Amino acid sequence: MTVLPYLVAGWILLAGLYGLVTSRNLVQAVGCLAVAQSSTYVLLLAVGYRRDATAPVFSDLPTDAPVVDPVVQALALTDIVVGATVTALLLSLVIQLRKRHGTVDPEELTGLRG
Amino acid sequence: MSRTTRLRLFLTAAAVLAAAVLAAALIVAAEQLPGFGGARHPYGERAVAAGLARQSANIVSAVNFDQRGFDTLGEESILFGSVLGAGMLLRLARDEHKRRPAAEPVLPTTRLFGATLLPLTLLTGGYLVAHGQLSPGGGFQGGVVLTTALHLAYVAADYRVLKRIRPLAVLDVTDAIAAGSYAALGLIGLAQGAGYLANTLPLGTFNALSSSGLVAVINAAVGVEVGSAVVVLLAHFLDQAVEVTPRRRNR
Repeated sequence: MTVLPYLVAGWILLAGLYGLVTSRNLVQAVGCLAVAQSSTYVLLLAVGYRRDATAPVFSDLPTDAPVVDPVVQALALTDIVVGATVTALLLSLVIQLRKRHGTVDPEELTGLRG
Repeated sequence: MSRTTRLRLFLTAAAVLAAAVLAAALIVAAEQLPGFGGARHPYGERAVAAGLARQSANIVSAVNFDQRGFDTLGEESILFGSVLGAGMLLRLARDEHKRRPAAEPVLPTTRLFGATLLPLTLLTGGYLVAHGQLSPGGGFQGGVVLTTALHLAYVAADYRVLKRIRPLAVLDVTDAIAAGSYAALGLIGLAQGAGYLANTLPLGTFNALSSSGLVAVINAAVGVEVGSAVVVLLAHFLDQAVEVTPRRRNR
């Protein structure tokens, strides 16, 4: 079944989104966002996969060896970096929330406060 | 049926419907994607050819720092921006103060493990950065490994040891300089009449440490930037966990 990897990516995305929607703790919600985002790594690498091919690194390969798609691998690298920075920023926002409002439960964050 | 029960029933029905539509859309979309493991990768083949033409053995690095050099400049700026943002958000507030982190009891074997692994990890990180244009790895990966090496001090000893071996003020400046030097390196191409971030440096011999021209240089700059950026970023978080305490408890 050749669409299975793509469906796995979709499933990971949905699992992450489900966690985001039902989460009662913002730290956990940030983790769920990271899970949802990791589905894009699976999707990208699945798109670039080629059967019987190896990593696109030619330091010990003949230059005509079949390799998997390097473009999507580079995109996955970008994706990981951006994901890590977003996670870091969100977590620092959560720390500030905890300090100013005393809770990390999104349900309890109701009133606006200056 | 009460109002909340009705609402709940409606929301459940809506969710089931939405899930069915979404599942159908996912399956249709997956069917339209190129077959898994197929042999046709037009972009990949062109990227490989272009990378090999520029004498760079690691095509992923060639894509990142040469063919998509401008995008990676943006990516690296995002990292720099998030370090700035986290620094702003996690700065010491007026109602907080820093306390001295306490010394933690550590098993001598753990300490020995950390002391042995620290130089090894530093070496691995340095290798990954330096060989980014040749073998798997590169500035981003190697930079993170370098950061891990420093934080072994926190894992295998305590925060005071980490603070001692972590030149935070220097790394702050290094981060900014390395991020800026990526943007500045792009000007070489402009000066030689090609284009911003064009790879106009001598390409060298294939599979040698000095091969692939600009890729190797940018790769090193990114390695330094990522290494110092992640240390600074983690320092902000660790400070919150270990050092920063509220001055009064009336919130």
